[in-house]
Amino acid sequence: MKNYDVIVIGGGPAGLAAAIRAYDLGAEVLIIEREEITGGILNQCIHNGFGLARFKESLSGPEYAARFIDEVCKRDISVMTNTTVLSLSADKKVTAINQTDGIFTLQAKAIILAMGCRERSKGALNIAGTRPAGLYSAGSAQKYVNIKGYLPGKEVVILGSGDIGLIMARRMTLEGAKVHAVCEIMPYSSGLKRNIVQCLDDFGIPLYLNHTVLKIEGNDRVTGVVIAQVDKDKKPIPGTEKHFDCDTVLFSVGLIPENELTKEAGIELCGATKGALVYQNRETTIDGIFACGNVLHVHDLVDFVSEEAEIAGAAAAKYALSGSKERSVVNTFAGDNVSYVLPQKIDKNIEGNVKLFFRVKKALEKCTVKVICGEQVLLEKKKRVVRPGEMENVILPESLVSELGGDISVVLEGKEI
Amino acid sequence: MRLTCVECPMGCEIEVEVSDGKVLSVKGNTCPRGKAYAENEVICPRRVLTTSVRSADGKMVSVKTAFPIKKSETFAVMEKINKITVTAPVKIGQVVCENISEDINLIATSNLND
Ligand SMILES: Cc1cc2nc3c(=O)[nH]c(=O)nc-3n(C[C@H](O)[C@H](O)[C@H](O)COP(=O)(O)OP(=O)(O)OC[C@H]3O[C@@H](n4cnc5c(N)ncnc54)[C@H](O)[C@@H]3O)c2cc1C
Ligand code: SF4
Repeated sequence: MKNYDVIVIGGGPAGLAAAIRAYDLGAEVLIIEREEITGGILNQCIHNGFGLARFKESLSGPEYAARFIDEVCKRDISVMTNTTVLSLSADKKVTAINQTDGIFTLQAKAIILAMGCRERSKGALNIAGTRPAGLYSAGSAQKYVNIKGYLPGKEVVILGSGDIGLIMARRMTLEGAKVHAVCEIMPYSSGLKRNIVQCLDDFGIPLYLNHTVLKIEGNDRVTGVVIAQVDKDKKPIPGTEKHFDCDTVLFSVGLIPENELTKEAGIELCGATKGALVYQNRETTIDGIFACGNVLHVHDLVDFVSEEAEIAGAAAAKYALSGSKERSVVNTFAGDNVSYVLPQKIDKNIEGNVKLFFRVKKALEKCTVKVICGEQVLLEKKKRVVRPGEMENVILPESLVSELGGDISVVLEGKEI
Repeated sequence: MRLTCVECPMGCEIEVEVSDGKVLSVKGNTCPRGKAYAENEVICPRRVLTTSVRSADGKMVSVKTAFPIKKSETFAVMEKINKITVTAPVKIGQVVCENISEDINLIATSNLND
């Protein structure tokens, strides 16, 4: 059995950045990637807007990925592509399969989980009608158009207004399709505001908020959809139905972390993020197994994925080379208006500031983020606007971290928009 | 006029005062890029166009305009781009077509190996 200090599962932006950092701190590193090339989902995200925070440039997905792939190539990091990890054990044995070696097992001192996320399936929506051809998740449509080079349809309706759906509305329009509508059940889009402007408004594509799909028509192929407005309880309002003729329906109903391997290893998951429960160094509930990127929680900005991966990479190298230290743990909780906080656990014995990432439940303006411990407010920070579609953060300085007297919560106060 | 800046994920709401085709004031931007965006947006909106071209053996290579092109030119430029075929190898940053719109080049954003 071949041994490595650190094995990284998944060669997307998270895996690449984690591997680079672990290597630079002296670890022998292997990346295992299922696809033919590394870069992950970024390979199909050919639009720009990546890397503004990190490189102060607006890069396309493949360009952003290439910066990290180049860095990996410059180092003596082993990369196995076309190789899928089948299972992971708590004692850090990785079993994988590929065409040349068949099934094989490797032993690592530390593991980094970087498997990314997958799209929620259309099953997540409860829709009447049969399942004709012409139904795609927005991400698979993105792969067809950008990687395989063919347009899945000409007359399109998009259900759900997540970023990938918005990006695909523009992409398909550019390629000559007619996008009739984007339909969102919530009163707001879960996508970024800029994507509403540059992907829908720029092309005159209507966004129907507070609308749900009632019916998908067609037997062999989609021929149309019926949508209707919903009331406060998300029940369709009779008389508000709208019909669209179309041959294609895209679903953009969100992403979920890909955690089959994580569960199998016996790592505890968080109900709110659907990813592992982690300490601030991104170590899971099993010592020496770390997680970062979309497998941990769904990120909207890849820049944060890279930042998080570097934290995990550094910690994994440290663990592999010098083992673990005793912990002194407090938990973090999501308070008012907050849907989750990550990391879920803070180890006071780990040096450095702790950046608390969180998402809000609803859009608020003129708000104050508070980090509280019992009755005591540890930290306050003003934010102009917060939206559920955008991940927020607040930094807990090292001086406060080492002094924490108990569990903390992040709460948000503000005016509803 | 109210605009949403699309230059970064903050998506600031910007208020632009225009009179006789001249920008009088820009408010609400968080950084200078927002001001520049707003000034252009009310006179002649521009966007970087990202799409892909096919290689001789059918693989896709992603491309972008090196600078923002006039929004009104988008579909005309798409038509030109769709006629382009590239041959491997292609490197990120390589010019795929010169002067695709005005003096702006179309450049590759992904690599294609032999
Ligand atoms: C369809 C889609 C479109 C997106 N569009 C955008 C966008 O426009 N802008 C943006 O900022 N973010 C976008 N995102 C979010 C984007 O995923 C993240 O910003 C970032 O790519 C996450 O990086 P990652 O490395 O965690 O995951 P990924 O990029 O998903 O990489 C995970 C890698 O792990 C590999 N893998 C998984 N399981 C195994 C296994 N068992 N064995 C071996 N390898 C495995 C996968 O093949 C993949 O290469 C999109 C996500 C999806 C799903
Ligand atoms: S004004 Fe600056 S900070 Fe605001 S969206 Fe534009 S680029 Fe971003």
